[in-house]
Order: sequence, then structure tokens, then C-alpha cells
Amino acid sequence: MGEASAAIVGVGETAVGKLAGSTSLALYAEAVVSAATDAGLAVGEIECLVTSNSRVAPYLYHAETVAEYLGIEPTMCLTAGTGGATSLSMLRHALALVRDGACANAVVAAADNLATGLGRDATVESMAAIGHPVFEAPYGVFIPALYALAARRYLSVYGVGPEAVAAAPVADRRHAALHPGAQYREPLTVDDVLASKPVADPLHLLECAPISDGGCALVVGGPAAVERCPHRPVEVLGYGESHPHEHVSQAGELVPTGAVESGRLAYRQAGLRPGDVDVVYAYDAFGFLQCVQLEDLGFCGPGEGADLVASGATSPGGRLPVNTHGGVLSHSHAGKPSALFMVAEAVHQLRGGCGPRQVPGATTALVHAEGGILASHTTLLLGVGRSLPASGPASRGGTGVAA
Amino acid sequence: MSEPGGRYVPVPDADSAAFWEGARRGEVALWRCGACDHRQLFPPQRCRACGSAALEVLVSRGAGSVYSYTVVRRAPSPAWADRVPYVVALVELDEGVRLLSNVVGCPVDEVSIGMPVRADFERLTEDVVLPVFRPA
Repeated sequence: MGEASAAIVGVGETAVGKLAGSTSLALYAEAVVSAATDAGLAVGEIECLVTSNSRVAPYLYHAETVAEYLGIEPTMCLTAGTGGATSLSMLRHALALVRDGACANAVVAAADNLATGLGRDATVESMAAIGHPVFEAPYGVFIPALYALAARRYLSVYGVGPEAVAAAPVADRRHAALHPGAQYREPLTVDDVLASKPVADPLHLLECAPISDGGCALVVGGPAAVERCPHRPVEVLGYGESHPHEHVSQAGELVPTGAVESGRLAYRQAGLRPGDVDVVYAYDAFGFLQCVQLEDLGFCGPGEGADLVASGATSPGGRLPVNTHGGVLSHSHAGKPSALFMVAEAVHQLRGGCGPRQVPGATTALVHAEGGILASHTTLLLGVGRSLPASGPASRGGTGVAA
Repeated sequence: MSEPGGRYVPVPDADSAAFWEGARRGEVALWRCGACDHRQLFPPQRCRACGSAALEVLVSRGAGSVYSYTVVRRAPSPAWADRVPYVVALVELDEGVRLLSNVVGCPVDEVSIGMPVRADFERLTEDVVLPVFRPA
């Protein structure tokens, strides 16, 4: 099978939004079962379970708790956390275990019910916990305020106005309109974004992540799982991580970000360049981040991200679609699941199963996520049709074939 | 720990003791490495640039400029509701260390990147004084 001894063979997603009566564990279970079924695996065949803790109902030993809830006894359990980037980092670790032969498959999952379990005020208040306990927390900080420091710096360094970066939530919404599972699908304009409630200057409500319930799981499979997979297996071509700081008050320059380094490592490992990428997923918990990440990952020059987005190039039908599921801003933000939802959508695109929102001929996707306040950066390059056959054994005749 | 409905109160520990003692005296206490001249807020026992243990307290002159800032318009908790709008800023001290704090003493819309500021001190509790910054 050449270099690719493992691939993503299954994807499971719950609905997202305000899911009355949900619990984090129930969302986990639903996502995991769905992913296993998608891979053609029985839940009891899961050999490794990787999860990250719930913010609503944390457990001391989380992956073990999810396994117990599912009634399974995986050989390996791992609970991890690096903020929003967690899920991609978890995926990389799971991939290593499967490639190493430690387990025949591994499920990477994240789920939470921030909307119905915590609610808006409690979620906002919990976002203050991210600040350094001595040098940040005493000053009335919370995640949007800490990111706003970077947004203000970005606008100032490049002479870009708030109306320019507002193009990112607008573009995300255009994609969400085509995605039946996205939480927010109504049309959105730049004026709508700028007229929405100011949160922490220069950030307005509609360019900040929503608060959602939802869960997502991926199955990484070794050779046997790839053989059984009813879909096109999706390979990890390259991966990079960087951790330039943890607390924003300890950062060097706020822009460019650690995405430059994580991207460099991923491209180098894959032997690819930005021009080889067909579709991009940029973790935009805040709209301006999409612009910054597009620059840092080499899709345009420094300071040009907002123009790239405003040009329509990243919108549906454009030459470089970004966030075909609606991005963090319009698809959902249940916390750690957001990065997995990006991978899930990338997998659907590369399998050719996206129907009206299918990016024609997509064979290479880049997924980038970050965690903390620009602290942890993870870049993933996914592809089909390289070492593994473009069609899995059971997908002959397939569905939704890309042009 | 935090008090419900009240502001977060930092708990001094061995790593931050010199900083809080300095603040109580109206000083911003930094650490300077005797081996490589690197300046840092923490830790007190090892230089993050070169690894040396030769660290000594350096009292900042309290002067700096705004590296970036935000005006918070949505209170993150009930404790901050009365202070909205307020400024959170990253201040670059002349000694080359960046500090996150509040900028006070001017209308929130008059804060700008590059604005010169000087340290002032705000008492939070009997034991805890916070460095804040005012336009210089």
C-alpha cells in the first residue's frame, strides 16, 4: 500500500445548534456510532478512542467515560486538549498509533452542548478562564477580548478596515446556505456584521463564533479497515504543528501567526504548495482569523487576506473555496468539535459526495485549526487518489462523483 | 480563586511573589538575566532565553507604549458590568517586556496603538494591587 498505511475511513456528525435534551456524552455516542457505521465497523471493534473533555460536564477521565457510556472496551484511550486545535492534534496522534500497528483503527471524537448545557452567559464567563491567572485574568479578559488584541494589531499593521475583514463571515454564510447541516444559513452582509453588537473592539457579534451543541467523530483505519471502507479512503498527506506561546501576553508579534510554521511543516511533509490545494478550511472562530490564516498558509501575501475573501475567490464557485460547510462562524461552534467538523467536510468533499456544494475535481484539501489565543496551530493536508485507490472497494459505481 | 459575582482575585504563589510585592510598593517588578540581559515576567528561577539561573529583580521605570488594545463592550461576567466599556491593552514596557493590563484615565476611544503610557496602581483587595496604565 506504499506510504499510506492508514487513512480516514469514517465520518460521523450530529446535528448542530440548540439541541434540547442533549448531553455531551449522548452527542459523543451519536457521533462515534455514526462514524463507525460510516466506516463499516461495529462499535465494539473500536480499538482506540481519543476524546477531549466537555466544558459543560467534565469528567476526570474522559475517553474512558465515553467508552463506558458506549459499552465498549477499546484497547487504548486518550483524552487530549490543546484548545480549538485539539482535534487535529488528536487526529495526528491517532494516525501514528494506527500506522505503528498499535491498533487497527482509532476513533477521534469531540462533542459538547455549550448552547443548551451552559447557555450564552455561562459560556462567555467560562471563556475568561483562558487568561493567565496572574498576568491576564485580573483585567476583565475573555476569549473575544484577547483575540481582539490580535484583530486590532492586524488591522493596524496592514491598514485594513473592519469592513474588509467582515467579508469572511459573509463568505462563510454563502457556503452555509448550501450546507443542510449548518446552524446559520440566512444571508448575511458586511453591513449586517458591522451593525451587530460590539463585543470587544474591533470585533462585532456576527464575526465572533456562535455557541452551539454538536458532535463529530472520525475513524482512522489501518489496511484492513481501508479494505472494508465503503467510501474513498482519505489520506493524510502532511501535518504540521506549532506552539509559539500559550498566553497572548507572552506572544511575539501577533501577526503573522504560528500558522506560517505549522503550514510550512505540513506542506513540506506532503511535498505540496498552496497552489496544489483545491479547498481550504480555516478555523475562523473570529472572522479576521480566516484572512490571517489564508495569508499565513501562503494563499495570498501578507495583509491581502481580506481582499482575497472580498473578491469572491473563496466563495461558492470561486477558484479557492474556503469553509464549504460555513466555517466556525456559520456551521457551528461547540468548542473542540469545530476542527473535526472542518475535517469531516473536507472528507465529504474529497469523497465527491457534496452534491450542490461539491467543489468540482477536489483531490487535495487543507484544514487549519488553532487553539488558545493564537497559541497552538495545526495544519493538515488531506488527499485522495495517491497511494490508495481513488475508489474504495465498495464504492465502485459510487455516489456524487466529482467532475 | 474567584468570588461569585465579584472580580477574579489572583492568588500569589512563589513564582509571582516578587511581582505582587512590587505592585504593593507601586512598582512593576521584572526579572533580568545577568547572563544574557533577557527580561521576563516569569519564571523567577530560570532565564527563558538562555536557561541561566542568574536572574535578578529589575524594577521597571513604568513607562511604555500601547502595542495593541481593545475596548470591551460586552462584560464577560457580572463583576465587570459596571466598568463596561473598558480597555484591555498589551503594553510594551521600555525594558522590552510586554504586560497585559487595563488602560484607565482617558476616554476609551482615545486609546491608540503606539500611545505612550505610564504605570499606575489599583488596589483590588487588602493584599492585591494591580498595575494599570494611564496616558503618559
